[in-house]
Amino acid sequence: MEKSLTWREFIITRLVQTSGYSAIVFVALIFFFLLREGLPTLGEVESSSLLNIRWYPIEDHFGILPLITGSLIVTLGAALIAVPFGIGTAIYISEIAPRWMREILKPLVELLGGLPSVVLGFLGILVLSPFLRVFLDLPTGLTAFTGSLLLGGIAVPTVVSVAEDALDAVPRAYREGAWALGATRWQTIWRVTLPAARSGVLTAIMLGVGRAIGETMTVMMVTGNAPVLAVKLGSLFSPVRTMTATIAAEMGEVAGGSTHYHVLFFIGMVLFLISLGVNIAASSVVFRAKKRAERILS
Amino acid sequence: MLDTFDYNSTLMKRNFILAISFLVLLSSTSCGSSSSAEAASDSQATYIENKGSDTIVNLALAWAEKYQGENPDVRISVTGGGSGTGIASLINGTVDIANASRKIKEEEVDEAKSNGIEPVEHIIARDAIAVIVNPENPVNELTLQQISDIYSGKINNWSEVGGDDRPIVRLSRETNSGTHVYFLETVLRLGSKEDKTLFSTDTLLLPSSEGIIAEVRQNPNAIGYDGLGYVPDDLKMIAIAKEAGGGYVLPSIPTVNDKSYAIARDLYMYTNGEPTGIIKEYLDWILSPEAQQIVAELGFVPAK
Repeated sequence: MEKSLTWREFIITRLVQTSGYSAIVFVALIFFFLLREGLPTLGEVESSSLLNIRWYPIEDHFGILPLITGSLIVTLGAALIAVPFGIGTAIYISEIAPRWMREILKPLVELLGGLPSVVLGFLGILVLSPFLRVFLDLPTGLTAFTGSLLLGGIAVPTVVSVAEDALDAVPRAYREGAWALGATRWQTIWRVTLPAARSGVLTAIMLGVGRAIGETMTVMMVTGNAPVLAVKLGSLFSPVRTMTATIAAEMGEVAGGSTHYHVLFFIGMVLFLISLGVNIAASSVVFRAKKRAERILS
Repeated sequence: MLDTFDYNSTLMKRNFILAISFLVLLSSTSCGSSSSAEAASDSQATYIENKGSDTIVNLALAWAEKYQGENPDVRISVTGGGSGTGIASLINGTVDIANASRKIKEEEVDEAKSNGIEPVEHIIARDAIAVIVNPENPVNELTLQQISDIYSGKINNWSEVGGDDRPIVRLSRETNSGTHVYFLETVLRLGSKEDKTLFSTDTLLLPSSEGIIAEVRQNPNAIGYDGLGYVPDDLKMIAIAKEAGGGYVLPSIPTVNDKSYAIARDLYMYTNGEPTGIIKEYLDWILSPEAQQIVAELGFVPAK
């Protein structure tokens, strides 16, 4: 009896351990695969050509700068929308809304998070982009801004649910302490609750941005996919081509092992590195914040 | 995806078609072995290997399905891969019929002859590309040169070609589309091999025909192009002149057939020598009104 228990224990422990390690193994394997398929690019295409501003792969123009700036501008726009809206909604749900309102809002936000992005893309093509073209008097409604609005919409639920959990985890004693000192509700939220939940809120933002930069279907449908270098402020209101849309649109037809194929993987590598950068930046901020909190407490 | 009509098949679609034809073959053999009555006819079953252009693959598949329905003793396997792949397979003697959306090149003919293969050309359908604008746009006709200048970025406002003072929004298919390449070669470069003109960088590259149609439908600034059969009635097709001062011609089945419409191409099947037996029957059937009806249904122009 006891023996079978230890056996069971052993198997379960190993299973849990394996699933834990598997995440690391998978990331390592994916990164290795990306490197193997992407790095030959550097031998096949000169770096000056890679940094060119013309992307036209079927005639060997492999300038990836327009794609990088395209992704960045769409993601930046999405973050500018998703962060204030997401955190605002999280604060409302967790701190202000009465109980019944919270019961309605939370499932609704989660439902929004479950909307397939291709459906949002449809909405973007048929409703949002015609509206924006007329409303903002643009030549076309298929712009980076349209993509940003929809990606913001996609990222908001992620930000809300993670940030709301973080705010919810702040001990009630913190708020009561602030109220006892005479702080208003707003002062309590802004000076006490939000800073206390900072690491969770940062994680929420990071996940939201990650969701936005990796999103493919919606941006491919609504941003127009014109590989123009997006460096001016006006670029937000003109068509752009993102890295994800490029990979999705071109991978299907490309011959395996060709230069174009390697360049597409190289773009995947760049995308991976950008996500990694965002993650590292965010966790280093969280880490520093923790250190400081420990110092104060000790 | 949106692109239900995309006849430039993707890798996945190609694999899918391969898998389907494989399944068809499998099921037909298993049927034959299970019933003795069919086994007799199955032993006489003739196989036709058909391979090539991705533009034609859906059409060829539709033909093959219909023909096999009517002639159960014939098995036709259709695969894509591109015109070059199809012709190469014909040269190597591995297919009976090669599909091509371009004419066979002279070097390919030479190569075939040295392999003892005599490619014979059959025009099986035609394909026209219509240039489309929003019905609100007053522009009705353009020359090829003007369309080239619009897409290469030399003309940026509709007023330069007799329209309203509006910016031009250029729409194109993605670069992996055969239609994109055909439009680049025939319209932007006006058929010249030395010409290295490219699409203007701010050309919107939309992943599907449907995307282009949706944008043209709601945007009076837009210009786009698409296969003749895919253009819905509520969009306006541009009449095109080959040269300035020449006659402006709207795309239609008659103007494509008399070659007066500029952006049209023939679609071909190549066989080794004049076809005989079952292959001849199949090709004759393809040119019959019944099969050419399918051509029109799939958005191409019938050859006859």
